[in-house]
Amino acid sequence: MMEPGLYHLLFISGALFFIGVFGFFTRRNLVTMLMSIELILNSVNLNFIAFNKYLWPDKMDGLFFAIFIIAIAAAEAAVAIAIIINLYRSHGSIDVESAEELKN
Amino acid sequence: MSGSTIIFFMLAAFTLISAVMAVSTRHIFRAAIFLLFTLIGVAGLYFWMQYDFIAAVQIIVYVGGITVLIIFSIFLTQQAGELLPKQKMGRQIFSALAAFCGFALIMLQVYQHSFNQTTATAIEPTVANIGNRMLGVNEGGYALPFEVVSILLLAALIGCIVIAMRSKPVTS
Repeated sequence: MMEPGLYHLLFISGALFFIGVFGFFTRRNLVTMLMSIELILNSVNLNFIAFNKYLWPDKMDGLFFAIFIIAIAAAEAAVAIAIIINLYRSHGSIDVESAEELKN
Repeated sequence: MSGSTIIFFMLAAFTLISAVMAVSTRHIFRAAIFLLFTLIGVAGLYFWMQYDFIAAVQIIVYVGGITVLIIFSIFLTQQAGELLPKQKMGRQIFSALAAFCGFALIMLQVYQHSFNQTTATAIEPTVANIGNRMLGVNEGGYALPFEVVSILLLAALIGCIVIAMRSKPVTS
């Protein structure tokens, strides 16, 4: 068995990314879609940290990108949940199919 | 096989299995709990890479903040014990196919590419180094993005209040 290195971490983050993409395609509930987005953002963070550790350990840019992505993801989740709860108040459901006023 | 390797593979399996469960279970509350486990697994991978600070940030912000927010929104919007509606089989199959093809493409590219590492001496990602760099205004400092992110967080805070406010000024 090989010693785990960059390729193993890239495999994990790639798998996590596409699991998130699969969830985003199949789910029709806004909260579960938000969970899939969190999975995708986490995989990107893992990628940045892995590249920083194994390829450029003399710099810290990947680490700072990960920190800023975490901050922006927190802001995004807060705004998204405010919108979801507002949608639930006006429509009584948070299924994406129920919000289609702009379709026609 | 050393202990470090065993821990790495256990963390990887834990993360990926809980991620798959989080996107495939039909109980929405269980999905949130599996998402929590996935985030803890990713934090464990950061600990494994010896990036302690970012692992702590991951646990505080994601596990302590975003997951709790998601669980609260589930409490506010779902009926108890109600399953998510079953999706069409065709949609599931095509989504799985698209995700798998994308994954295979990315992995083929990654394994064909040979990364070359720098030979420069490594900087330890300690909190002191991170803090000096984060608020540095010299070359390679991150003071300006730091301030921009703080403005963004303030804007998100005000935006949440505005969106969540009840707009009924007419009733007396």
